[in-house]
Amino acid sequence: MSDTDPSPTSGHHPDAAKHSGTVMLLDPTSEAESTARVLTARKPSLDGLTIGLLDINKPRGDVFLDRLQQQLGHRGATVLRFAKPTFTKPAPADLRHEIATQCDAVIEALAD
Amino acid sequence: MTVDPGRIDALRTRYDGWNMASRRVEVGSLEDEAEAMFDRGWTDGLPVVAPTEARVARMLDGTTRSPGDVVALVPPALVECTVEKVAVNAVMAGCRPEYLPVVLAALGAICTDEFNMHGVLATTMGVGPVFVVNGPIAQRIGMNAGINVLGHGNRANLTIGRAVQLVVRNVGGGRPGEIDRATHGSPAKLSFCFAEDETTSPWTTLAEERGFARSADVVTAFCGEAPRIVIDQHSRTADSLVRSLADGLRSTVSSRVVAAMDAMLVVSPEHLSRFSDAGWDRARFMEELGAHLMVDTDTIVTGAGGIEEGLPEAMAGLTLPKFRPGGLLVVHAGGPAGLFSSIVGGWVNGPMGSEPTSREITP
Repeated sequence: MSDTDPSPTSGHHPDAAKHSGTVMLLDPTSEAESTARVLTARKPSLDGLTIGLLDINKPRGDVFLDRLQQQLGHRGATVLRFAKPTFTKPAPADLRHEIATQCDAVIEALAD
Repeated sequence: MTVDPGRIDALRTRYDGWNMASRRVEVGSLEDEAEAMFDRGWTDGLPVVAPTEARVARMLDGTTRSPGDVVALVPPALVECTVEKVAVNAVMAGCRPEYLPVVLAALGAICTDEFNMHGVLATTMGVGPVFVVNGPIAQRIGMNAGINVLGHGNRANLTIGRAVQLVVRNVGGGRPGEIDRATHGSPAKLSFCFAEDETTSPWTTLAEERGFARSADVVTAFCGEAPRIVIDQHSRTADSLVRSLADGLRSTVSSRVVAAMDAMLVVSPEHLSRFSDAGWDRARFMEELGAHLMVDTDTIVTGAGGIEEGLPEAMAGLTLPKFRPGGLLVVHAGGPAGLFSSIVGGWVNGPMGSEPTSREITP
């Protein structure tokens, strides 16, 4: 097949690659590569740590987080509570920054 | 140069094709290109048209915008998406070039904080973006506002909605089972796009209601579930039919939900004629419908009727509207015969969820 064959039904044409018989497609994706990050090392103990509890604002998330706060308190951790404004959107950048700068670890509660 | 269209395409591929920024993916002579695209995860489960340089070049003819223009930051990855990437996905969806401006405007509408496409995609609730097109462009590009308007058979309706969703999938990275966690999903996740019938209705259009001129080309995005039918084949008066439609709307999403979720009501021509025959314009219809959509909260607080789902008990003794002001979008569409209307239930509304969002369609 020549590279000027106008046949609209041919999968190889009118867009044939220079190399005979192959088709050149345009990538429909973002072409972005995900960055792989190493997980933070596990804490050997909760003693003296500050743990953030993030409520995503779904019903009964507080029930779950209240219980966690109680349990973490018994194990020597300081607990800070945070809440997303709404469960339907990602946590705002300011909130993520606040958690990252104030806490050693964070636990997020999804509930209903 | 020659007038042979195939020759022009080949020349454009050779000379313009090199200006396209997208990575080239070469499919070998022994590969089936349709299978190759499935294998790469580029499709929504249906076959796609191969986005070759010539096809993308032709698609780009559908807009005056530059291929490198950034259209939106597409969630969930919030990646900058160019006109060219939209064109690639529009080719794959099966669009014709003249649909591209609608796809671009629709994508612009959903990739906003107010529409919140990230949440619409990620929610476990089976909702997706529902697009309504108003203005002369709908007829010009052959969109369907009549028989089977929410169904199959029309290339523009089906491929415009699909193209937008392919962009979210391929550019934004919103794939089911990954960020998209819908429990059941819905056909709205594949493609849900239609035009309002403006020619046979005496009412103002949805776009006019939302502040646009009748002559403007507008796309409105609404976060909705799959449509369901409200049947009323016996009402002969406007008063009876408006009560009947209100009755159907009251159970939208759940009869226990008031004001927190919107809905779209697609009124058929035969149903609308009951109202226009009685001299009701859109405003009168909305007023009467709203009056029949007041809910006695005693019937929907938690525990009422032996059902735990419901409003907190402290909200008993109130009368509340089923929909917030502006939370019911009414569109006129459908075939000329059939005493049905359709309801498209919404999702969490307003700043806490998704706001219906309209955008003017520009060339």
